[in-house]
Order: sequence, then C-alpha cells, then structure tokens
Amino acid sequence: MSTIGEITTTRGRHQTQTEDARYTPKSKLRKYLPLYLSVAPFFIVFLCFNLIPTLFSLYLAFQKWDGIEPMHFIGFNNFEYALTDSVFWQSVLNTFEIWIMSTIPMLFFALIIAFLLNQRKKSKFLFQVCYFLPYITSIVAITLIFGSLFAPQYGLINLTLQAAHIPGVQWLSAAWPMKWAIAILVIWRWTGYNALIYTAGLQSIPGEFYEAARVDGANTMNIFTSITLPLLRPVILFTVITSTIGGMTLFVEPQILFSTNGSTNGGGVGHAGLTMQLYQYWQAFTQDRYGYGAAVSWIMFFIILIFTFINWNVIMRNNDQ
Amino acid sequence: MFQRGTRIQRIIVDVLLVVGLLISIFPFYWMIVMSTNKTGDIYSVPPKLIIGNQLWINISHVLQSISFFQSFFNTLIIACSVTILVLFFCSIAGFTFAKFDFPGKNVLFVFLIGTIIIPPASSLVAIFVIMADLHLIGTYLPEIIPNMVPAFGIFWMRQYALSSIPTELIDAAKMDGCGHLRLYWNVALPALRPALGFLAITTFVFVWNDYLWPLIVFNTPNLYTLQVSLAQLNGVYNTDYSMVMAGTFMATIPLIIIFFIGARQFIANLSAGALKF
Repeated sequence: MSTIGEITTTRGRHQTQTEDARYTPKSKLRKYLPLYLSVAPFFIVFLCFNLIPTLFSLYLAFQKWDGIEPMHFIGFNNFEYALTDSVFWQSVLNTFEIWIMSTIPMLFFALIIAFLLNQRKKSKFLFQVCYFLPYITSIVAITLIFGSLFAPQYGLINLTLQAAHIPGVQWLSAAWPMKWAIAILVIWRWTGYNALIYTAGLQSIPGEFYEAARVDGANTMNIFTSITLPLLRPVILFTVITSTIGGMTLFVEPQILFSTNGSTNGGGVGHAGLTMQLYQYWQAFTQDRYGYGAAVSWIMFFIILIFTFINWNVIMRNNDQ
Repeated sequence: MFQRGTRIQRIIVDVLLVVGLLISIFPFYWMIVMSTNKTGDIYSVPPKLIIGNQLWINISHVLQSISFFQSFFNTLIIACSVTILVLFFCSIAGFTFAKFDFPGKNVLFVFLIGTIIIPPASSLVAIFVIMADLHLIGTYLPEIIPNMVPAFGIFWMRQYALSSIPTELIDAAKMDGCGHLRLYWNVALPALRPALGFLAITTFVFVWNDYLWPLIVFNTPNLYTLQVSLAQLNGVYNTDYSMVMAGTFMATIPLIIIFFIGARQFIANLSAGALKF
C-alpha cells in the first residue's frame, strides 16, 4: 500500500498530468492500486458478511433445515407457513403497535425539549449531557432497571400508583400494559437523542425568519407550525427513518423483560410482547428452524422497506411549499 | 430566536427542562439505590429510596454468579479492537473518497450510501452459518470482523475530510514524493482528529452494548460479553434484583466515564452529523 506513485487529487489534476509525463513507464495499476486498496476493506466485508449471507439466506428460505440434518428443498412452504401463522401476524401487529406507541410520543417530547432548550439563553450543556445519558447506556442495562421498576408487587411504579390509591398495573403480564412497558422504555431511551438532533436543526434556522414573522404579527404557535416544522422536515425525516429501522427490529427489550427463568420465550403471556425480530430469533435459534428463520427475515426485509418508503413519502410530500 | 419572554416564561422553561432532566437520570439513581441496598429493603412498603451500604456484598454476589471479569475482559478486547480497526479503515477510505479520483469512484460511493439507507436482508442464521464454515465460532472474530468497517463511518469521515484537509497540502506532500499511506498518516490523520474522536466513542459504545449478535455467536461462557452475562444474571429463578443492579452498575460505569470525558465534542459532532445526512 505504501507505493510511492503519482496520486491524483480532485482539484490538482493538471499538475498531476505533468507528473504523468515524467513517470509514463509506470502503469495505471501502480497509480490507482493504493487508492483501491484504501477503499477495498468495506467492499470485501460487505461482500462476505452481507451480500453472500443475503443470497445464502434466500437459498435457505426455500429449505427445511434444523442445522444438523441435511437441508431439503421445500419450495415456498416456509413463506406460506409464516404468512398463515397467526403468531407471526401477531408479532407484526405488535411491532407496529409498539412503534406507534413509542415513536409518536418520543418525537413529540423530543421536539418540545429541543424547542425549550433553544429558548434557554444560558448554558445548555448540563441538560444535553443528562438528556443524552440514556442513549449511551446499554439496552440490556436499561431493560433490567425498568424491569425492576415495573415489577408487579414491589415495583416502584406500582407502589407509587398504590400510594395515590390507583390500582397497580400488571406491566409484565397483561397485554396492553406489556406493550406500554416496552414503549415507555423506548421513549425514555431515545427522546434525548432525538431532542439533541432537533436542537441542531433549530439552530440552523436563520433568526430573520422569526423576526419577519413577528413583524407580521404571528404568535408563537403560528411560528412553530408554519416556520419551525416545515424547515425541520429533513431533520424530522432523519429521526423518523432511524426510529423506523430501530423500532421494526426491536428485540432486546421484550426478550429480557418477558423472559421466564432465562429461557427465550414467545414474547411473554399470550405473545403480547412478541416482536418480529424476537419471532425470528425464537423460531430460528431456540426451535432450530433455520430455513424458516431465513424466510421470516426476508418477509421482515420487505415490510421494513415498504414502511420506510411510505414514511419517506408522507414526510417529504409537501416539501415544495 | 424568539423574543426573550418575560421572567415567568423563562422560569417555566427552566422548570420543564429540569423535570425532563430528572426523568432522564432517575433510573440511574434507582440503579445505584438498588445496588447499594438489600433486595428485601427495596421490595418492601415503604421502599428504601436512599443510597445504602450493601454495594460490596451485592458485588460479591455478582462475582459468584457470573464470571464478571472474564466477560469484562472479553468485551474490552472486542470493543478496543473494533474501535481501532474502524478508525483506521474508515478514515483511510473516507480520505481517499474525499480527496482522490479513480475510475469507478462514484459508483462505489453511491453503492456505499445505498447500504446505509437500505435495511439488511440477510438473516442472522445465514451469517452464523458462514461464520461457522470459516471456523470463526469460538473466537472473538464474529463480532469484530462484520463491525470493523461500517459504511456510516466512511461516509462520516469523507464529509469531514472534504472540508478539513487542504488540497494544496496534499499536492505539496506529493511533490516531496509522499506515498499514499504516508500522505494518509502525516497529512490526513492529524486533520481528521476531531472526527475520529466522535467515531471512536460511537463505535466503542455500540460494540460495548451490542447484545443480539453476541448472544448468538458467543455460545460458550468463556466468550460471553458483559451484556450477555448481565442478561444471564436476570435469568435465575427468584432473582436477587440488588445483585442484578450491582452487575448492571459495574457494566455501565466504564461507558459513563468515557462519555463524560468526550461529552462536549461528542454532542457537537452528533448535531453536525445529523445535519449532514
């Protein structure tokens, strides 16, 4: 890689051409090799651990395989099974329900926090650090902490509710509270991260826009809806896309929150906390249905792709205004 | 940005922000309370809400239940190797994409961006089988190799290199007969340092906290990473929550320290990164 050869810089092309004349005997290979070697690692790793596995999982999706016996071809059976399995559809529905229950409040709170932070004249640093702390902590750690807060009998949340004469909630065993438990976890972990991104977006909006609106007699609410929101749209798109991919592949929270005696389960009582990713893991790695797991991952891929595409269109639709 | 509000408005803003801040840090406080008390004292009416003196006892229970130091060591080795590799591969590739021309460059770069936007379709099973065929199961490599050169890191480095490395400097170094690797080492690396710091923290945090993939590939206890071990703590029947929290506390502290060291730069960079998207 340390070949001492001519290197073409983007802007200094004419200069290099004169050098080319001096070094004509050297081949083009010699000239470009260090450059190709510099960018090659990504493409090699992508090929080996992304592209080849993708093709291999397409092949696997048409096989029945438990990892021990030889594979045998079963056509579209795996796909047919998944698409007619009510538990799979329940996991899809759960994933979307939890996504809506977490993403909407999360982005709403994030926007408010960013708006408030931007109003503050004095130092924001302490707030930014503390709001960001949940993001750098592992989901496993956070889930364990919340698991104790959500505990049915002596969990702090239920004790607080009881102190206020409100009946406790079965956070870890009743269908909707289970989903809320996961959603609350996600909201808590990601609100600060998104707020920080929105803060950056807000700071990039020129102050004259606001002043002009003030002169025209707009109030804070008008300004927020007709200046802040439209100009933040690309940043909102970024946060929605990130939380779509994150939310669609939600795994750790339900896996740990609803595990019974350490064994992986189908997402707790009545599969109420079963997400698509947990379904795939559960079927493939604890039921040893590897071919089926591959088929599920392909179905998941298309669901996520379509959903990302829809989000993109909804948010960017009125961009020309 | 807005007209400065009245004194009361400013107080309301501050109060709301402080409430948010308390919600953000309360679970951490609760983790410390639990890990410094006995489970029995926490799980009682009324519960103990202040920091106690049982931390060492809880930690000793953690050490009896899982091989904490082995997991800690595994995680540290993996996180450090991945971070170093990511810094090298992403910065040299980003620098090359930003500052040089070669046939096929644009196609390669668009392809790279595409891999960031499109979700992966490969199943965990397929990657696992390939890892097994390469005889990598039983080593740290299944976690290190796939993470060592992320597309986002290259994109991030390229964006930074475009604006921070003067082309004249490259030309001058080239006139002195500087090869590509020396050019990278002497000219690019010093200029890229601020962006490298951010990439290092994000990578380290990501690998330290990764759970699903290590759970699948590290299937013997001597390879368990911290997160996998922590999840095991929770598994035993009749969980001793104070012990679980002590383990969580021990596994989280290194990251919090790293974050506080680099927080100012990290936050500035994160904001900049989102706007470049």
